[in-house]
Order: sequence, then C-alpha cells, then structure tokens
Amino acid sequence: MTDERIDILMEDVSAGYGTKAALEDVHLEVPAGSLLAVVGPNGAGKSTLLKVVAGLLKPWSGSVEVLGKPPGRAAHRIAYVPQAEMVDWQFPVTVEDVVTMGRYPKLGWVKRPGAADRQAVADALEQVGMADHRRTQIGSLSGGQRRRVFLARALAAEPDLFLLDEPVTGVDATTQEDLMDILEDQAKRGRTVVATTHDLACAAQRFQRVAGVNRTVVAQGPASLILDPEVLAKIYGGHLLVVGGQTYLMDDAHHHDEAASGERHFHAESEPAGTHRGGKD
Amino acid sequence: MDPIGWLGHILLDPLGRAFFLRALIAAILVGTVCAVVGTYVVLKGLAFIGDAVSHAAFPGVVAAFLLGANYFVGAAVAAVGTALSIGFVSRRTQLRLDTTVGVVFAGTFALGIFLYSTIHGFVMDLMGLLFGNVLLISFNDLLGLVVLGLLVLAVIVVLWKELLYATFDPLGAAASGLPVELLEYVFLAVVALTIVVSLKAVGIILVVAMLVTPAATAQLLTVRFGRMMALAIVVGIVSAVIGLYVSLWADAASGATIVLIETALFLAAMTLGPRTGLLAKLRRAD
Repeated sequence: MTDERIDILMEDVSAGYGTKAALEDVHLEVPAGSLLAVVGPNGAGKSTLLKVVAGLLKPWSGSVEVLGKPPGRAAHRIAYVPQAEMVDWQFPVTVEDVVTMGRYPKLGWVKRPGAADRQAVADALEQVGMADHRRTQIGSLSGGQRRRVFLARALAAEPDLFLLDEPVTGVDATTQEDLMDILEDQAKRGRTVVATTHDLACAAQRFQRVAGVNRTVVAQGPASLILDPEVLAKIYGGHLLVVGGQTYLMDDAHHHDEAASGERHFHAESEPAGTHRGGKD
Repeated sequence: MDPIGWLGHILLDPLGRAFFLRALIAAILVGTVCAVVGTYVVLKGLAFIGDAVSHAAFPGVVAAFLLGANYFVGAAVAAVGTALSIGFVSRRTQLRLDTTVGVVFAGTFALGIFLYSTIHGFVMDLMGLLFGNVLLISFNDLLGLVVLGLLVLAVIVVLWKELLYATFDPLGAAASGLPVELLEYVFLAVVALTIVVSLKAVGIILVVAMLVTPAATAQLLTVRFGRMMALAIVVGIVSAVIGLYVSLWADAASGATIVLIETALFLAAMTLGPRTGLLAKLRRAD
C-alpha cells in the first residue's frame, strides 16, 4: 500500500470540444491504489477529465501520464464505464454478453472467448450479484442492475485502473453500498479507482480521496476535504446557496458535459423498461 | 390438375434455365451479405448513410462507363470514397451527421445524373441502374458479386467481436484499446462494398431496403445479437428466393419484388411478433 507509484499524472492539461475549452491548467496526481471521487458542478469537466485519462479525448496541451505511459498506450490495463445514457439499452445483448465484452480487448483479434473468459465472466457476475440475470436482455434491467452489469464488465477485464463515469448516480441505496464495497475491495488490492459522482455524501464517506473540479482541479486530497466549506465554495461557486447557516447545493444529476461530435446519447431509454413494456420479470 | 406436380413444375422448371440459376445465386448472396452487414447498420443507426452511399455509387458507375472501366471498380471507388469521406467529415466538423449525409447524398446523385445526361443515344440502361435487374445478370457480373461478397463476409467474420463491442459501447471499447476509429472506417468501407454487390440485383434506390429491412425484422423477434444476424440472413434469403420466383411469374421488376417480400415479412413480424408484436401488446392491454 505504501509504494509511491503514481498511476495518473496530469500537468498543465487543457482540453475541450471544438473550440470550447472544458478544462484548463489541470494538475492532478493519483497514487496507485487510490479510491478517488471526482466531484464538481454540472459542466465542470468531470467527464472530460475522465475521457482525457482514458485516452478518448486528446488534450490540447499539457502532459498526461496514465499507468506510466501516454494516455491510450496502457489501454489494456484500463476499464472505462460510460454514463448510463451513453448506452442503447434496447441493443440485443444479454447481461452475460455485455460482461464478456470486458474480455475482448485482451483476447486479441479473431480469437473467440474460451473457458478462462467464461470463468472470469461468471466470477464478475457473482461479485455484483447478477449471476441469476445473466440471460436477461439489458433493456429489462432496473437502473441499479444496469450499473451492476457495467461494473461486472470492468471487473471481468481485470484492469489496473477503473475509470467510472457516474457509477452510483440514480441507483438505490443497497446498490450504491454494494458497488462501493466492490470498488473499495479493488482499491485495497492495489488497483486504482477513479469515479465521477454528484453524490457528495457518498464521496465523503465511501471514497478515500477526492478531486474537486470546476473547469480545473481546484482541490485534491483526502475525502474529508469536501466537508470544508471553503473547499466546497471553491468547487461549486455559484451553485451553493447559504440559507440560515445551512449550505445547500443546487445541482442536477442528469446533466453532463457537452458531448463530442458523433457521440450518440440515449436519454429516452435510460429509465427501466420493465414497467411499461410488460414482458420479462 | 395434380397440385404437387403443378408446384414442382413451377419451382423446378426455371432452375433448368441458366439465367434464372445465375439470378438465384446472386439474389441469395446479396440477401446474405446485406443481412449480415445490415445487422450492424441497424444497430449503429446508419441506415441513412447506406442510402447516401448507394446514390454515390451512381456517378461512379456512369464514369466507369464513360471511361471504359470496369463497372464494379467504378461503383466501388465512388461508394467507398463517399462512405469514408462521410465518416471523416462527421468526426471533424461541427455539422450534424444527417446534415452532412444529406449534402453528400444529393450532390453525388446530381453528379451521376449530370454525367449520364452527357451520354448521347441512351446506350446505358438507366432503369437497370436505378432499379436493378438480377434476372439479367451475366456470368462475369456474378463472378464479381461472389468475390466482393466473400470479401465482405470475411471481414465481418474476422472483426465480429470488435465490431460488436465498438457498436454497443464505442467509448468503453476505445478506452480498453480497440482502434474504434479505424474499425469505423473499415465498417463504412464494408457497407460501401455491400452496396456495390447489391446494385445489380436491386438497384441504387432500393439497396437501403435490402440492408435495413431484414435486420430490422430480426430485431423485432430476438434480443440476442447472434440470433438477430441469423434471423436477418433467413429473412434475406427467403425474400430473395420467393421474390425472384414471383417476379418471374408476374413478369415484374425483380428488385422491387424482393424488397416487397422483405417488407411484408417486416410487417408480419411487427404485428405477430411474440415480443413486440402489436397483437401481443393488445392482448396484454386487456
């Protein structure tokens, strides 16, 4: 636990879409084995930060090192889970199919999944408590179950770095606890976990470190940092409302960073389909 | 009259004729290739791109005719070139994809009409180009179809799981190291070649139906990717064979007949499908 390896190192990083900057002068240092929450208001650049680390978005300037290499070069050791609305939930795949995809990159071209892959998939499904649903089409899962399946896909990939975009947004309390237990366990084994979240209580209680983002990383350190009103004010600025000595956070969990051109979003599909479609379960 | 003998007569007699046999092989091949590629096209939401690329093949074919070059080469260069430029433009500009496609679609088709109108004496069969006629397919055309068709199927077999991952979750796939952008271009080229393969059979205007309808029908009936593709192939082949016989008996346009059969199967799946069928929905509403 005490080795000083730095898994993510960002210096002077700026990035954005088209000509619009989403992040400027970002400095971030994430030691190996961290369980890091990336918090901040809407449009602050949380997802953008994650995409730069994942190698999905080329930074305009600055230097980025991920697992000791430039972004994208250690991709096989990274598992990235997008926000729920980035996925077409009517896609004809089952829970098991999705989790098996986590094995694809390591398999290499042409090869089909074998016994070891099936075992890894079964283990991952067991861990997230979705083994009984493995033959279910993903569209008939609840919001919490969908997040469990995508975490299972990340686990099946056996990565050294987890990058999760809003993994506990819109899920029930039990699922949130379960997912956080799993992520905590992964961090204890020396894997690095970086997750964006809107849930400050969750960030303070369940994560070990936080990075506050508002167009740049305005604060980073132990999770208790975000209980400090001064730090909160720096991160949320105008989104904070002080009424009678109480601080309220004005934010909308369903908003997200501007999308890159060519990305497809599936907002209409993001609610569980089970209730109005009839059918399974 | 003996009904079985009559049926055998109607089904077997045409098989004795070389032109019909060639058409049958071509139609089955086109049905298969379109169903396989169409499964990805439908799931990627690229139906409109398929339509644009087929129209872009038109100037290629006319230019090949004017230059005395090979039909397939002309069509393939124009279609693949257009597909790749649409992919490139959609990644690099602020314009919405459907806007870009709309511009390319009309522009290339206009170029085709322009070039065609410079040919005097109507030596080229415009109707055949626009609507296809698989019953007139030559042995050399069939050979070209088989080569291109097998090439397309080989690419899909090799890239099966990578294309699936990149189609379902492009961000997750790219982050884990799959060359998603390259796969996108390879796939667009595959769509373009599929369209070239299908032109002789169904023509420029109806190619998009061959690409989209069988896969759409299959998606109404199953929630597994592999089964969706298998069902799409069945729909594609059954429509091709039935359509070809019907067009022979009725002396009607072969491409249009095949597409009509596919459309009928789609409507049947939509009304009678056990999962999404309108009948099943009405029953549940009670």
